[in-house]
Amino acid sequence: MDGFTMSTKKATRQAFGEALAKLGETRTDVVVLDADLSVSTKSELFAKKFPDRFFEMGIQEANMLGTAAGLALAGKVPFCCSFACFVTGRYDQIRVSVAYSGANVKIVGTHAGVAIGDDGYSQQGLEDVALMRAIPTMAVVQPADDLETAAAVEYLASHVGPAFLRLTRQNVERVHPEGYRFQFGKVDTLREGTDAVIFASGGPVAPALHAAEALAEDGFSVRVVNVHTIKPLDVEGVVAAAKASGGKVITVEDHTVIGGLGGAIAECLGEHFPSKLKRIGVQDVFGESGAPDAVVAKHGLDEAGITRQVREFLKGA
Amino acid sequence: MFPANPERPLAQTASDPAAIARLVEIARRMRIDIIEMLGKAGSGHPGGSLSAIDMVTALYFEVLRHDPKNPAWDNRDRFVLSKGHAVPAVYATMAEAGYIPHDELATLRELGSRLQGHPVTSFVLAPGVEACTGSLGQGLSVAQGMALASKLAGNPFRVYAMMGDGEMQEGQVWEALMSAPKFGLDNLVGILDYNKGQIDGPTDEVMSLEPLMDKLKAFNWHVLRVNGHDIGAFLGAIAEAHATKGKPTFIVADTVKGKGVSFMEHKISWHGSAPNAEQVKQAVAELNAAR
Repeated sequence: MDGFTMSTKKATRQAFGEALAKLGETRTDVVVLDADLSVSTKSELFAKKFPDRFFEMGIQEANMLGTAAGLALAGKVPFCCSFACFVTGRYDQIRVSVAYSGANVKIVGTHAGVAIGDDGYSQQGLEDVALMRAIPTMAVVQPADDLETAAAVEYLASHVGPAFLRLTRQNVERVHPEGYRFQFGKVDTLREGTDAVIFASGGPVAPALHAAEALAEDGFSVRVVNVHTIKPLDVEGVVAAAKASGGKVITVEDHTVIGGLGGAIAECLGEHFPSKLKRIGVQDVFGESGAPDAVVAKHGLDEAGITRQVREFLKGA
Repeated sequence: MFPANPERPLAQTASDPAAIARLVEIARRMRIDIIEMLGKAGSGHPGGSLSAIDMVTALYFEVLRHDPKNPAWDNRDRFVLSKGHAVPAVYATMAEAGYIPHDELATLRELGSRLQGHPVTSFVLAPGVEACTGSLGQGLSVAQGMALASKLAGNPFRVYAMMGDGEMQEGQVWEALMSAPKFGLDNLVGILDYNKGQIDGPTDEVMSLEPLMDKLKAFNWHVLRVNGHDIGAFLGAIAEAHATKGKPTFIVADTVKGKGVSFMEHKISWHGSAPNAEQVKQAVAELNAAR
C-alpha cells in the first residue's frame, strides 16, 4: 500500500480492550471472562464499564473456558481472555467444552510471540495458532493494527461459532487508512509487487511492509499480503497472490513456522499452486528472555531481518 | 411438558408413595433399555449408567422444567451429564420423555447414529446433552456458565450437573468447586454419582476423594448426602437445594455400580464393557421379575 504512513502506534491488545468496552454498549449479550490478567489483556476496560457482565475467574483457565462455554450455550457471547499460551494451553477444554459443543466463545490470546521479550518462553504464545487451527470449526484471526483489531472485535461478536483472536503485547504501527473495512476470511493486499509475495500476519505485518520498501530500493518488486484470517484461509486469494508474484512466496509470523501461518500457506500452495517457499518465524526453538527488540531481531522478525532473509531467498531463487 | 404438575412442591412429591412408585417403575423400564442398547451396541458403560439412572429419572420427570415439544425453550432447566459415559441413561430418558423415538435406542454407537458414544449437543437439545462431555472433569464448569447466564437473565432456570466419582480427581472440578460459591450460584446443583469405582479399580485405591464431605463443605457449598437409589430422599435433597439461598448445593449420592442387575452390582469390570446376548437375557429377566 503506497501512502503507508505509520503515524499511529498501538498494541492490538489495547485496541481490543477499547473496542470491547465500546461493543458492550450496544451488545448486551456480550460477556467477558479473564483469568487474573485483565490488566494485561486490557479486558479491564470492559470490566470497569460493565462489572455485571465481567467475570473474574482467578487463575483458572480451564474453568474459565468451560464457564464461557456454558454462558455461550445459554445464549451469551463470551470473550474469554488470557495470554495466548495459557488460554490455548487448556486444549481439551477448548476442544470439547467449547468447539465440539458448538459454543459461541471468542477466545482471546494476548502476548503473542517472542515480541513480549523479557518474560521469556513460558509467557510467549508460540504454538497457539497451530493448536487452534487443528480444531474443527475454530476460526483464527490475527489483526495487524489497531483499526483492524477494532473491526475484527466487532465482526467476531456477530460471527457464529468459536474463534481465536491473537493479539500483541507490543505497540504496532498502523498499516490501514481510516475507514478500513475488515473482511473476514479474505486476505488483504497491502502492497502490489511481481517478484515475490510476503504473506504476513499480526505484529510483523508493518515490518514486512518496511522490508518491501527497502527491497524496492534493491530493485525487487515485493507484494505484501496481510493474512488476518488464518482460518478459514482465503485459498483463492492466496493462490492469486502467489501466481501474481512468480510463485515466490515468503511467510512472516511471530509464531513457530510449524502449523501457523507458514504451515497454512504451505498446505494451501502445496495443494493448489506449488511455489518456492520461505517461512520466516520461530524455527522450532523455544523463545527466551531479552529486550523485546533484541529477541525479535534474533528471530529475524524485524525489518532488517525480514529484508535480509527475503533478499537471500530471491537471490537464491 | 415436565414436570407434569410444576406447581406441586417437590418436598410433597418426595413423600408421596404413589409418585415415587411411578418413578421407580420408569427407572426399572429404562434399566432394561440401557441393558438392551448396550448389548446391541456391543460396547459402552453399564455400571455407571445403572448407578445414575434413578437420579436421572427423578430429574427428568419430577425436577427439571423442560418440554420435548419445545426443546430449545430458553428458560428450560439445564442438566449437564459431566460423567458423559453414562449417556445411555440419558438416551433412555430422552426416549421415555419423547425427545427421540424409542426404536432409535438400538442405533447407539452406530455410524451415522445421533446417539454418539458420549453426549453431543448437535442433534437435539435435551437435558443431559446440553453440552458435549466425555472428557472428564469439564461439566461442572459448563454448568456454572449456564447458571451465570441464568442469573444475568434474572434467574429463569436452574442448572444441574451430574459428576462421576472418578472425574472428581480432575483439577478442573476443584476450580469450579472454588468458583461457584464466589458467584453465589444458588441456582446450581452438583450431584455426585458416588458408586465408588472407576476403570482401574475402587476409587478409594485409585485416588481417594475422602474426606469428601469435609472438602466440599470447606469449599463453601451447601453439602448433602443421600442414597442415590432412594428417589424420595433424592427429591428431598433437591427440594433442600432449591430452598438454599446464596450458595450452590452439592449432593453426594451413594450409589451402587451396576445397580439392579445382580451380576453387575459392585463389579468394577462392568464399568466399560457391554453384556453379551446371554447376559442381556438374564439381566432383562431379572429386571422384569422386579416389577
